[in-house]
Amino acid sequence: MFFHYFGEYLLLLKSVFKKPEKWSIYKKEIILEMQAIGVGSLSLIVIISTFIGAVMTMQIAFQLVSDLIPTSVIGQINRDSNILELGPTISALVLMGKVGSSISSQIGSMRVTEQIDALEIMGINAAGYLILPKVIAGVIMVPVLVIVAIFCAIVGGLIGGALSGAVSPGDYIMGIRDGFNGFTVWVAMVKAFMFGFIITTVPAHKGFHVRGGALEVGQAGTKAVVIGCISILAMDYIITALML
Amino acid sequence: MIKVENISKSFGKNEVLKGIDAKFDAGKVSMIIGGSGSGKSTLLKCIVGLHEPDEGEVFFDKQEFTSLDFEQRVPIRKEIGMLFQNSALFDSMTVEQNILFALDMFSDMGKSEKIDRANYCLKRVNLAGTNELYPSELSGGMKKRVGIARAICMSPKYLFCDEPNSGLDPATAILIDELIQDLTEEYQCTTIVVTHDMNSVMGVGDYVMFLYKGKKYWEGSNQDILRSEAEALNDFVFASPLMNAAKKVL
Repeated sequence: MFFHYFGEYLLLLKSVFKKPEKWSIYKKEIILEMQAIGVGSLSLIVIISTFIGAVMTMQIAFQLVSDLIPTSVIGQINRDSNILELGPTISALVLMGKVGSSISSQIGSMRVTEQIDALEIMGINAAGYLILPKVIAGVIMVPVLVIVAIFCAIVGGLIGGALSGAVSPGDYIMGIRDGFNGFTVWVAMVKAFMFGFIITTVPAHKGFHVRGGALEVGQAGTKAVVIGCISILAMDYIITALML
Repeated sequence: MIKVENISKSFGKNEVLKGIDAKFDAGKVSMIIGGSGSGKSTLLKCIVGLHEPDEGEVFFDKQEFTSLDFEQRVPIRKEIGMLFQNSALFDSMTVEQNILFALDMFSDMGKSEKIDRANYCLKRVNLAGTNELYPSELSGGMKKRVGIARAICMSPKYLFCDEPNSGLDPATAILIDELIQDLTEEYQCTTIVVTHDMNSVMGVGDYVMFLYKGKKYWEGSNQDILRSEAEALNDFVFASPLMNAAKKVL
């Protein structure tokens, strides 16, 4: 069963990356998808990341009970865990729920109402036209959203630390600046790029091959989110194992 | 002209089409009729390439179609117009955008020329002025007519209609039939209509093919139907009291 779906997924990707019929139409679609994926998810990412950063600061402070450890370490731990793990992974899981289910239901609805058949009858590569702009928009906008998420989490940590009294802003900023390794940002960007690909292609595959009606479109959306989340976590492990 | 030779198609163990041969001439409205599950929509989908037949060949004029890959089919597909049973309009696009879509994708026309063409197609189906409406704002009959406008925008050589009258009131159904007939004459296209509406068949069907249990059971003109003694055809055609009364009068 797994190999059947994986093979189907690879064949769909082969169709997706065929040469577009007209680039000008695809460019327009890419811009629209970038707006939907990026701008449409910005407020959600900002709110979630800020709160995660604030909570992280308080939890790290709670666990650092030794007087020998300076409080500036809180900023350092918060920074590295947000860049390496929480920023990319939590954002990707959130985006999978928001963007992934939307992609799956959009394409699935088009399938069951014969709109995809109508595209194919016209001689248009339906997989390419419907999915390629989403994939390009996803691999561009998810890294941008992850950068925003990391920034918001770090700022959230500053605010949370100051409001709770866990760490002073000065100590926190000192920790943020201390021992920064730029490679961690590269790891985050590689993760974000791959997550962007998964967030767009897995739901697109589920939607594109849906059969039935409204009920099956809904079920495909649920399956897409579940499979997508598992794929994100597996990819997270693989990239971490390979790069760190 | 479209020719199908020995088309067979199964879904699992269910044999839907069994060795269908037929020829559909240009400039004529050809009708595929049959009861539910007789395989008429499957045959249409095999002809246009939405289903791949298990056996047999489809020819568009002299070009064999079934063995071609997606890219090789594109030149033929640009000459195909299709009206779907549920219209299959792109619901996130306006009426005008629906019609412009194929023109934007494949034609080298300028913007104003394309809009003129879209307006002409809408006028041709009596829907002038509906450019900015969305499919959700249209009635069933209007959706069908927009579907026809979209199908003819590229001046098709081959026109396919899958149950164009389903869900329509009798007056609108006649309007759609007449439109299909007029467009067939205007573009001299090969038109294939899948239907089980006998009013359509008697009104505009130049050639009629009756499918029964996946096989071609009968073919002829719409006038021949009334004189046919084929049992399954008579059971299908004269099932309605109206057609039964018409037969008694004749």
